[in-house]
Amino acid sequence: MHADTSEAGDAPVKLACRGLWKVFGEHADRVLERSGGAPDAAILARHGLTAAVRDASLDVHTGEVFVIMGLSGSGKSTLVRCLSRLVEPSLGTLTLEDRDLLAAPERELTEIRRHQMGMVFQHFALLPHRDVLGNVAFPLEIQGIGRDEREGRAREMIELVGLDGYEARRPAALSGGQQQRVGIARSLAVDPELWFLDEPFSALDPLIRREMQDELLRLQRVLHKTVIFITHDFDEAIRLADRVAIMKAGEIVQVDTPERLVLSPADDYVAEFTRHVPAAKVVSVSSVMRHEDTAPAGAAEIGAEERIEAVAPRVLAAGTSLRVRDPGSGRVVGTIGRDEVIAVLAGTGGGHE
Amino acid sequence: MNEAVAERTGAGGGLSRTAVTVAAVVLALFVADRLAGWLPWVGVYPGSWELPVSDWVSGVMEWLLQDAAIGGIGFRSVVRSLATLLSVPLEAGTLVLAKGFELPFGGGMTLPALSWLGVAAALVLFGARVGGRRLATLLFFTVAYLAFFGQWQSAMTTIASILVAVPVGLVLGLLLGLAAYRHPAFERVLRPVLDLMQTVPIFAYLVPVLVLFGFGPVAAVVATVIYAMPPMARVTIVALRGVSEEILEFARMSGCTRRQLTWRVLVPAARQGLMVGVNQVIMLSLNMVIIASMIGAGGLGYDVLRALRRLQIGDGLEAGVAITLIAIATERLGRALTDGTRSRARLPRRHFGLLLAAVVALPTIAGVFWSPLAGVPDALTVSTAEYWGRLVAWVNTELYGPLNGAKSVLLVYVLIPFKRALVALPWTGVVAALAVLSHRLGGWRLAAGVTALALFIAVTGNWEKAMITVYLCGISVAIAALIGIPLGIWSAASDRVHRVTTTVVDTLQTLPSFVYLIPVVMLFQVGDFSAMVAIVLYALAPAVRYTDHGIRGVPAETIEAARMCGCTRGQIRWRVQLPLALPEIMLGLNQTIMMALSMLVITALVGTRDLGQEVYIALTRADIGAGLVAGLCVAFIAMIADRLIGAWVARRRAALGLA
Repeated sequence: MHADTSEAGDAPVKLACRGLWKVFGEHADRVLERSGGAPDAAILARHGLTAAVRDASLDVHTGEVFVIMGLSGSGKSTLVRCLSRLVEPSLGTLTLEDRDLLAAPERELTEIRRHQMGMVFQHFALLPHRDVLGNVAFPLEIQGIGRDEREGRAREMIELVGLDGYEARRPAALSGGQQQRVGIARSLAVDPELWFLDEPFSALDPLIRREMQDELLRLQRVLHKTVIFITHDFDEAIRLADRVAIMKAGEIVQVDTPERLVLSPADDYVAEFTRHVPAAKVVSVSSVMRHEDTAPAGAAEIGAEERIEAVAPRVLAAGTSLRVRDPGSGRVVGTIGRDEVIAVLAGTGGGHE
Repeated sequence: MNEAVAERTGAGGGLSRTAVTVAAVVLALFVADRLAGWLPWVGVYPGSWELPVSDWVSGVMEWLLQDAAIGGIGFRSVVRSLATLLSVPLEAGTLVLAKGFELPFGGGMTLPALSWLGVAAALVLFGARVGGRRLATLLFFTVAYLAFFGQWQSAMTTIASILVAVPVGLVLGLLLGLAAYRHPAFERVLRPVLDLMQTVPIFAYLVPVLVLFGFGPVAAVVATVIYAMPPMARVTIVALRGVSEEILEFARMSGCTRRQLTWRVLVPAARQGLMVGVNQVIMLSLNMVIIASMIGAGGLGYDVLRALRRLQIGDGLEAGVAITLIAIATERLGRALTDGTRSRARLPRRHFGLLLAAVVALPTIAGVFWSPLAGVPDALTVSTAEYWGRLVAWVNTELYGPLNGAKSVLLVYVLIPFKRALVALPWTGVVAALAVLSHRLGGWRLAAGVTALALFIAVTGNWEKAMITVYLCGISVAIAALIGIPLGIWSAASDRVHRVTTTVVDTLQTLPSFVYLIPVVMLFQVGDFSAMVAIVLYALAPAVRYTDHGIRGVPAETIEAARMCGCTRGQIRWRVQLPLALPEIMLGLNQTIMMALSMLVITALVGTRDLGQEVYIALTRADIGAGLVAGLCVAFIAMIADRLIGAWVARRRAALGLA
């Protein structure tokens, strides 16, 4: 059930890593080499080394929002930096589509970063000496793209994140939320395929954070990027993610859809996070419906992928059962009624495990 | 109850630690003093033990000049080509700003220097644009003073050399800082060198510069750069370190090349911090103006120096005021430029540039036909020199009694006894006492370092002069602290006082050190007493500033807690604010000592008998070895004070949990 390919289904794998390690400390590489690629805790401790990332294996599929969630010190930031090679992994393999990223020479890596990757940072990392337009155009500028073209493209991005009119402002004159919008626009300016977001909303106030999460979902519906999103906030993770990887002490504990994380946490650590998540928020209609079409003729229809939280008012108001249709195939796949919905809302229903 | 007992014994423990240290220091001095009765070498360092370090240094210098070569190219010719390189912009600047340019072809055709009226008007306009009406007013008075007090020509010569020295210093400092930022190994080498460059008195390296580059404006620029550059390198390292890791990661993620990362991200992102360095370089370069004129800078500095040598107080004062005004105006201009809160200008930048060019060019061209526009007409200039001369004469006759009385009392009852006592101390005792003290404060490593520095002074035969230096510096620092710390406390207590002291302290710090000598000599003639007064004035600023800052830095919450405990205002001041601010106050004192030592060397001009005099004499004789060694001794005194105070502050901060 950990199988990494579980739900993301048919989309091809964009970024994959296998057995990725990052070990900090003196002579880390030599120790790793001697231990043959699988150092255990005792060896690391004896040499005074710290493993920030231990044996991480992931497949990130094209077009999905992949969230890496963990508390501070869990190694999530180091992992994402290994995936972009901002930090050089100590061991393991890393492939972008079919290319071996770890073998890429500096020049090729620069090219990949210039055209295929974008990154948003926790503290925005805006250039204080440039205005909004200059910041967003920067990644294009260093590629040597002419002023008209890059500024045109930058203006589009600024409009996309809803900051038109602010082009001439300096970052210092913007609120935190606005600054991060600039960060987002800038990371999208090169139209990257792979979009890294490193705790992008952690430095923002709760209300703004929510607004920015909606903004991200909106952008993703338009752009269909492959997103790797880092957060320490479990609610944020299940709100945004197609799939979540949960990290603890450098290790990936579980990779799954939010729904499955809540319904069947891999261990107590994951369960600790999911305990307070209302099931209705993550459980979809398809996991609690009856798998036969018993709804009366003329009953209203709902989508199989919808969350219980979203359909509950309709089901409860409807008096009869509702028909469930799979939007992918267009076929009717089952029926859902008051009982199933109430069970989820009451926290007693848990799908068909 | 138990806690109270524990508290008291705790305090007692601290006290006894201090008491032990003091007792050990006194014991070391006492034992050495007794011993000196039987063994003379314990008391006075024997001349026959002196190592001829200065001869060795001179020898190395000789070798550098005569024989040294890098890859077949003689060191000497490297220096010469460097000099030529510098002389081109320097001469161009002087010609354009001050002298006019004689065309090489066509007999007698000259391009005129820029018209004074044009330059003045352009400066005021520029000031108005970047700093509004206040800055424009300041610039107006500055240029008016320069023009109508007959200082224009000299001022332009000075500005021309500053215009060369500052950019060179900035670029050099930036590159060194960048290299140190990139390569930690290089930083480990650079740091002590910068330390030394900043503590060795300026006079000491004027000598080698003089020997290498010869007397003239180029040597002056080189000396200025050496003096003004170190803070830029330091500030650059700090500023670059301050750029957040995320911004660097962003740059890499955008696919920046190494060069793009440096020049488009790293350096611009650090620009706020770098501007501090720019300001420092400008200030120090102006500070150097008078000293640089000793090796041929010309301009205002030379005017001051000449006046001071001839005791023409009025002329010196007028030129000194001119330098001061330039320094203040430049500082304010720089601050306005970097504030970022630029007033929203109506004209776009390019049009404004054209306007400035026109304002300068039109009077310059017109000046060819109507000479009052080319140079300030004599009829317009005034001089107050005569009045100052009369004032000095009046002071000398009318106020001689009281002034001289005060001076004599201080000399006879404080200065001279203190000096005698210090000189009489056995050198071995002092070294031992320093060793004990530094060991108590900072352990074996500090003790070893401090002892080595002190021994160097003895071994090179400079012990007695060093003691005189310590005496003059010590008295001046004590007086500066007695005046400055209460002022700082006062200014921390009241916002109004704070505003006044900040302005005064800022202004005092922009004054070139030489300027302090003029009024002092005017009132007290030459000698130790004048030197002391000048040093106190010059070194006062940090004592005030750090005290004020330290007390204001005590957290408001702590004060509130004290008030809620029912402390009176006096109790808050003495039991809460001052103990917590003490480490910061000590840092101010440290700074005061550093400034006092740097001033000390300059006061050699008014006839002291310390290491400063030694350096100054070496300068006049172009004796590289003696100058450098005496300079190093001054630097080592500064370093000993700095390390000891630094160790104490670190200890105290750790105890207060401020580290």
